[in-house]
Amino acid sequence: MSKISAAFANGKAFIAFFTCGDPDLETTEAVVRAAVANGADLIELGIPFSDPTAEGPVIQGANLRALTGGITTDKVFGLVGRLRRDLEVPLVFMTYANVVYSYGTERFLSSCQRLGVDGLILPDVPYEEKEDFLPACHKYGVDLVSLVAPTSSQRIAKIAREAEGFLYIVSSLGVTGMRSKINTDLGSIVRAVRKEASVPCAIGFGISTPSQAAEMSSLADGVIVGSAIVKLVERYGKEAAPYVGEYVKSMKEATCTFSQPVIKLD
Amino acid sequence: MTNPNGRFGIHGGQYIPETLMNAVIELEEAYQSYKDDPEFNRELNKLLNEYAGRPSRLYFAEKMTKDLGGAKIYLKREDLNHTGAHKINNVLGQALLAGKMGKTRLIAETGAGQHGVATATAAALMGMECVVFMGEKDMERQALNVYRMRLLGAKVVPVKTGTATLKDAVSEAMREWTSRIADTHYCLGSVMGPHPFPTIVRDFQAVISKEVKQQLMEKEGRLPDAVIACVGGGSNAIGSFYHFIPDKGVRLIGCEAAGRGIDTFETAATINTGRLGIFHGMKSYFCQDEYGQIAPVYSISAGLDYPGIGPEHAYLHDIGRAEYVPVTDEEAVCAFEYLAKTEGIIPAIESAHAVAHACKIAPDMDRESIIVVTISGRGDKDCAAIARYRGEDIHE
Repeated sequence: MSKISAAFANGKAFIAFFTCGDPDLETTEAVVRAAVANGADLIELGIPFSDPTAEGPVIQGANLRALTGGITTDKVFGLVGRLRRDLEVPLVFMTYANVVYSYGTERFLSSCQRLGVDGLILPDVPYEEKEDFLPACHKYGVDLVSLVAPTSSQRIAKIAREAEGFLYIVSSLGVTGMRSKINTDLGSIVRAVRKEASVPCAIGFGISTPSQAAEMSSLADGVIVGSAIVKLVERYGKEAAPYVGEYVKSMKEATCTFSQPVIKLD
Repeated sequence: MTNPNGRFGIHGGQYIPETLMNAVIELEEAYQSYKDDPEFNRELNKLLNEYAGRPSRLYFAEKMTKDLGGAKIYLKREDLNHTGAHKINNVLGQALLAGKMGKTRLIAETGAGQHGVATATAAALMGMECVVFMGEKDMERQALNVYRMRLLGAKVVPVKTGTATLKDAVSEAMREWTSRIADTHYCLGSVMGPHPFPTIVRDFQAVISKEVKQQLMEKEGRLPDAVIACVGGGSNAIGSFYHFIPDKGVRLIGCEAAGRGIDTFETAATINTGRLGIFHGMKSYFCQDEYGQIAPVYSISAGLDYPGIGPEHAYLHDIGRAEYVPVTDEEAVCAFEYLAKTEGIIPAIESAHAVAHACKIAPDMDRESIIVVTISGRGDKDCAAIARYRGEDIHE
């Protein structure tokens, strides 16, 4: 069984995203530790990319700051090594196809295995193209996490059937970023996912407030928060850890409001 | 040349967010059902002929030929098309297709502004809304085209991220398409991006080589020895090459923007300096660093200032069917001035890269041989920038 499933073992999962190296790797290490200490069940580590086409302005800005600061894929692996000295929490990488492909897919994934990265999310690799990465993921025991979107409709079944680790449900059209309201009929997407998937599902994109976290966790097995956390790091810089910890705590509490899936809420 | 997964050899594919997958699948299905539809083609041909002014001329550049003293040089005059570039060929096709799909809004990226102007033109003609994404740096160096787009009723959105050039405009157009799909068609301007765009754009641009073949047969009764075109993403080049690909005796030469030289970091010559990667929806060659970060490329030409190349070009390079040569800013500017003085034709600075290479190879070819150079666009838009390059400040 995948180590990622551990994140979903204690009720609804709260998944926190960080852009590695924004503003530096010491800060990233500190905010990740703060998030884990305050209840984050799974950590998504973003490896910066020069042209992150699925990101909104907040995470784009974080990528740019990190790259300007000299972050590289090798330095991110170094960070994972330091985190793994004592942290058991499941870790997944989120980055773009070219970062992995250019590093050498085999070499990248063997490093993931060696250092203890449990999953990989590539937002620019849809179902049709996953064969570029899947064999190496399987060889090194790393889950390739699939995404479904509000536009996926008839594609949901085949994506969910082959999903590994967890299934990432994109809440809204567009790029990452905080949204005041999420209008997608997520209830029916989650139902379609659950019909086929053997792994848990988590909803991400646009979630920033505890009430949104509560609402989304009533539908799915977990919630993913990225831009709101990255925004805190942007605001408080090297001093961000306590603020991130406090925020994660409030979000984790909201996520736990629902211990059982609520059937309606469509 | 295309297999069902949109691959050209190992290149191409659909490396895009899941959110866009049904949109590109829907586009492919629509294209498959209309591309051989007689009514669609009748409408498109009418637009190309009556509105865009096709067929474009194949002009024998007699003075240039004499001056260079070698191969006969013919210029394929895409600059004479309505809106002043080859871009209109693709845009009229895509806009017509988008209309059939029930889309009411066109979005586009633009570098030099020629594709943006063409898209704004088609949108005005067909009563569609139009939003064009353009790098802030390009808006400065192509101010005339920004005004033209606005005059045509389009909204021009400045893109300030990254290098604020074509690559960033493509990223921003993709982001916009992800957020609004139902009524919006992304009218991609080159033979790049996810399948089916490289195939659709190539098919709509293939009219260039189809005409060249016919026109040269009428004038000379034979095929050319070489076809030369500039390559950024590569739409005018693939259009110029396409119908000659099976004719192995015809050299196909793509001219990449070398900027200040391929031994400097200020270059945009992808085949000459890039390596295999995955970006903007496709697997192809890209200028990138050792960690796969896309390089901030440079060229004097906003239309060639792109870190990648279309997947079919990458494939033609792999199999050795086409050659890709670097041409520097300085060589292109000299060719820009040369064609103006020799033939009275002011080419786009993009096309001047192709002219420059023709000037290099023509003298060494015998007088019986024939070179076709595609003049992909006209150079009015570049006059201020070239004057600046030569140290002269003119007010547009």
